[in-house]
Amino acid sequence: MSEREVLELLRENARYSAADIARMTGLEEQEVEAVVEELEGAGVVRGYQAVVDWDKLEDERVRAEVELNVRLDRETGYGDIAERLARFPQVKALRLVSGDYDFDMEVEGDSIREVSQFISEKVAPVPEITQTVTHYVMTSYKENGIELGDGEDDDRLSFSP
Amino acid sequence: MTIEPSDRVKAVPPSGIRRFFEIAEERDEVISLGVGEPDFSTPWAARDAAITSLEQGKTSYTANRGKRELRESIADYVADRFDLGYDPAEEIIVTAGASEAVDLAFRAFVDPGDTVAIAQPSYISYEPGVIFAGGEVLPVPTRKEDEFRLTVEELDAAGAADADVLVVCYPNNPTGAIMREEDLEPIADFAREHDLTVFSDEIYAELTYDGDHTSIATVDGMRERTIVFNGFSKAHAMTGLRLGYALGPADAIGAMNKIHQYAMLSAPTTAQYAALEALDSCENDVREMVDQYDRRRQFVLSRFREIGMDVFEAKGAFYCFPEVPEGFTAEEFAEDVLREQGVAVVPGDVFGVGGEGHLRISYATGLEDLREALTRIEAFVAEHA
Repeated sequence: MSEREVLELLRENARYSAADIARMTGLEEQEVEAVVEELEGAGVVRGYQAVVDWDKLEDERVRAEVELNVRLDRETGYGDIAERLARFPQVKALRLVSGDYDFDMEVEGDSIREVSQFISEKVAPVPEITQTVTHYVMTSYKENGIELGDGEDDDRLSFSP
Repeated sequence: MTIEPSDRVKAVPPSGIRRFFEIAEERDEVISLGVGEPDFSTPWAARDAAITSLEQGKTSYTANRGKRELRESIADYVADRFDLGYDPAEEIIVTAGASEAVDLAFRAFVDPGDTVAIAQPSYISYEPGVIFAGGEVLPVPTRKEDEFRLTVEELDAAGAADADVLVVCYPNNPTGAIMREEDLEPIADFAREHDLTVFSDEIYAELTYDGDHTSIATVDGMRERTIVFNGFSKAHAMTGLRLGYALGPADAIGAMNKIHQYAMLSAPTTAQYAALEALDSCENDVREMVDQYDRRRQFVLSRFREIGMDVFEAKGAFYCFPEVPEGFTAEEFAEDVLREQGVAVVPGDVFGVGGEGHLRISYATGLEDLREALTRIEAFVAEHA
């Protein structure tokens, strides 16, 4: 199915042009454009972002994975809490998960102090939140399916039989 | 004093791609489309099996013909995928890469003075293999107008009726051509009529993009006169593990084993464990790699058409075989595009007759590099053609 194929290719590399995808799939370029437009319109494709290896930059970028436990009451559901938290620009990802805690939240800031302050001053005081456990990211090895680090040079022979 | 090589060794000229390799070494930022090996890593499960076997100290020789368990897996695999029925006890031998299997076959079945017809353009190791075995090479050209399929007309014209062995390789390195059952039947008739033994290199069988691969050994009356070569290098991205195999009638495999047991003893044990796992659980990895190659194939073919270079629609392996623009020989084009644009391609001449005027382009390279390489080739063609 072309929709699925186009999606897979966009997930592999969102910078593939419609022409690239058309060449790879055998679709017409206009068809690819139409599929992408439809996927965007339907909210299936929500945006395009770069995968960044922050360790390669001199500027500090602090990231943390925060486990959140919440207590629900009759008026407040998971969705309400999520809506409130997701509004903060420091929150890069937020997921309701199964297991020992309820939400898995990714937070970014320019310093440990900034991230700590955000969690202690903005997140912990949310009345339904009963516990936060913060894990600072020390090194990231893989993001969005892409391995980070120096990468491996292609040391195959330039020519082989 | 010098240690004098044998006449057979002296009879083999240096590899036609060596010179290009040296030019490529001098330059930075070369994008190579000259590589005949996958750019994917060996599926993790296969690597893990190799590691585990080492941890468990499984580093002894195996049976000469390969681990019985692996031969059984190979028998199941080729039956399932290619409709080939071989007895794991006597009709399969596991070798150090398909290349060893090919070499064993030349040494086991070619006597000095025997003639080996080779459908060309072809993998560059067949010809030296024949010479090392003391045989004589009879090139049989295949042509673009026949989609690089071997035809009886070409076999006849080349005098292959008098040959002893016929070597075919489909899907083909370097053209990417495939053969259908209906194409193979007349070749099979020819082989039977003129009593030719057929060596069928099917290392790229999994990399067939338009329908399924057909082995010549499945054509009526061919099983008893055919040796099939295959291995794990291409489809399972295991080039460095060096593991291949040959399938054939018990006597023939026994003859090959006679050489193998003295020269190699047994194929690398660690690689045999990796191969077992590859057959057992890596089918999805293979499918994913094949899908990727197919996308790249379509991309490359489409770009060559856009650039205005005539290109044959390759339907197998991971090569395509465009024609160089007028005014160039393949060698000139390959050398100039390497020097001026830093793109390494292989001139078709090195693959034998029928390769002249063509380039072998490998798309076993990431799409970003393919895109950049083709942009550079486009600039080169725009400037010179």
